[in-house]
Amino acid sequence: MYRQAPRLLIRALDGGRGGRLIGRAFSTGVPVAPVEDSAFVEAWKKVAPNLEPPKTPLSFMKPRPPTPSSIPSKLTVNFVLPYQSEISNKEVDMVIVPATTGQMGVLPGHVATIAELKPGLLSVHDGNEVTKYFVSSGFAFIHANSIADIVAVEAVPVDRIDPSLVQKGLADFTQKLSSATTDLEKAEAQIGVDVHSALNAALTG
Amino acid sequence: MASAVAGSSAAVPFWRAAGMTYITYSNVCASLVRGCLKEPYKSEAATREKVHFAISKWANGKPEKPTIRSDSPEE
Repeated sequence: MYRQAPRLLIRALDGGRGGRLIGRAFSTGVPVAPVEDSAFVEAWKKVAPNLEPPKTPLSFMKPRPPTPSSIPSKLTVNFVLPYQSEISNKEVDMVIVPATTGQMGVLPGHVATIAELKPGLLSVHDGNEVTKYFVSSGFAFIHANSIADIVAVEAVPVDRIDPSLVQKGLADFTQKLSSATTDLEKAEAQIGVDVHSALNAALTG
Repeated sequence: MASAVAGSSAAVPFWRAAGMTYITYSNVCASLVRGCLKEPYKSEAATREKVHFAISKWANGKPEKPTIRSDSPEE
């Protein structure tokens, strides 16, 4: 069933853009200029000529920014946490994100990707300066127009990590892992070991 | 997160196999990282973990007395 998915998706996309709708266009493909429903506006003006017609959610949506035809020279990064915005609209040369599939380097012109992040180091490279953060987990969305949105639950600059606490945590959780009985305890201990070893690697690497 | 053609033989992460959801996993990771910080940052981070909410069960169309749950990270 899933093997047909790419073929069906391509059919739907072509139908939307070509005008002849074989399948429905994606709802996120908002047209470049927001359109108003003229029939509704006419009917509204007849009934309530002095009131402005209400705006629909579609008119509030910003149209999808166009993918530039040539690869931009810089990557725009937005890095947000639930309680603050670490980096907002900064133009950099490269970011390296700790994806579950390994450290992934993102350059301008990177293919659009959604990556789940594992606990690890995120580094932002701009010219010669490198800023490193330790990310607990999150997602990285790289868009086709060289904008990268990274969201994390918790991220700290590497110099705020206390090495002794990391070692202690690693020892604790390794011990818990060997003495764990239920599946859930094993999973929690494993998570502890993973996070603390990643913290350790970030401090020494 | 690719799945094999033959239905649900996808490799699941170990925490999901143990019955944990992604949100729980993510929150556990975050609180472990918060616990490894140097001092002034550690106490600031501890304030981020506080939860305070009230739950009331409904019976016969009326809310019963709400129970207030106020968690601090030490639990």
